[in-house]
Amino acid sequence: MMVNPADQTLLSALADATEKALAKAEIRLPPDVLAALRRAAAAERDAIARRELGNILENIALAEERQVPICQDTGVPVVYLTLPPDVPFSPALVDGVREGVRRATASVPLRPNVVDPLTRENTHDNTGVGMPAVHVMPGERLTVTVLPKGAGSENASRIGMLLPSQAGEIPKFVAETMLLAGGKPCPPVILGVGIGGTFDTAAALAKEALLLPVDTMDDYEQKLCDAVNALGIGPMGLGGDTTALAVKVKRAGCHTASLPVAVNVQCWACRRATVEVER
Amino acid sequence: MNLTTPLGDEVLDLVAGDTVTLSGTIYTARDEAHLRMMEEGIPFDPAGAAVYHCGPVVQDGRLVVAGPTTSARMNALTGFLLDAGVRALIGKGGMGPEVVEHLRGRGVYLALTGGCAALAAARMTLKGVYFEDLGMAEAVWVIEADHLPLTVGIDAHGGDLFRAVHEKAKTQFHQRFNNR
Repeated sequence: MMVNPADQTLLSALADATEKALAKAEIRLPPDVLAALRRAAAAERDAIARRELGNILENIALAEERQVPICQDTGVPVVYLTLPPDVPFSPALVDGVREGVRRATASVPLRPNVVDPLTRENTHDNTGVGMPAVHVMPGERLTVTVLPKGAGSENASRIGMLLPSQAGEIPKFVAETMLLAGGKPCPPVILGVGIGGTFDTAAALAKEALLLPVDTMDDYEQKLCDAVNALGIGPMGLGGDTTALAVKVKRAGCHTASLPVAVNVQCWACRRATVEVER
Repeated sequence: MNLTTPLGDEVLDLVAGDTVTLSGTIYTARDEAHLRMMEEGIPFDPAGAAVYHCGPVVQDGRLVVAGPTTSARMNALTGFLLDAGVRALIGKGGMGPEVVEHLRGRGVYLALTGGCAALAAARMTLKGVYFEDLGMAEAVWVIEADHLPLTVGIDAHGGDLFRAVHEKAKTQFHQRFNNR
């Protein structure tokens, strides 16, 4: 199939930006997450928890010094594109992202994590059918945002179709998610909570909430965060004050007869980076 | 306490919550490697060995990063290793009651801070590999460790720090949400 030159240029620019964004995200934590970890380490009262947080901070410094990924589970790439009005959505955009993921897998390097869901056969380049997931939103500039997502925390995520009368039960559902997860998702975690919409929207919102800066929480988010931290699960499930660094919430209108609630669990390595596409 | 592999009865003295370092040869193994070892046998000498739940990133014969993976996935796959003489399991997140029972009088579970893959790799040298056909994440990598910083999560007497923390969390949860 012939690819027209304009598409080829766009594809190549998208690939460059995706590769850059993945390298940046995998090696260096965003400043708001790093600051939250430092605050937690300073406030923690439990000796084992302080040691765990100390290891995490040392690990972050070592990753930057050695220019290697923060965690060996380099995740699967979750990608968000913002498209300005003059860039129509086209297959070249997704192909560019896929090419960027393949390049980053070799250059960063990333662990080849993507397999067929049933045969479990590895594709060796972190792409697959529908993978990476590419989400498109309108924006002012053409940007690529990556959120590499590890499996330990993703596997602890939950969705609940609550009853409309159960809005008061949301803090319980969120805290219960962490109670069930324990140390498995590598706490201290950040929880993305999607409330409302439909079954699928709630999950998408929960993941998008993980893109929000963690240095501020509104009263509702703080209430959810306090309920989680009261559990005392602590870093790595070994006990302590710091179970969640933050809880971030996104909402959408929903059917009068439903109340979907999704909790997307994110380990302390909340890796995200945005790169503007050069064109 | 500073531990060195091969491990012996010194691990029986450890108590959940103790902090230790571990040096010497260790072997990585995840789900697929456990299944292969159950079928074909353990490719290394298991007596006093330490098995590390880890799927590292390896490039040009060197460890790039090598942090621990979630150990609980190996709950049902671990007994044969302890029966064969493995003395320490290293990973993150703790393991199930069947493993706690199996460790009694035999060995310990050592927790390495999850996500600390650069820190771990800085204290490790790659020595070899078994079952490389399983792929980078699932192969058994032979690693020389130098003072890995670890916490005893489960001791050889049924002590389980993860379970103790979970029980407290459960009590907290029920007090807050189920007593209204």
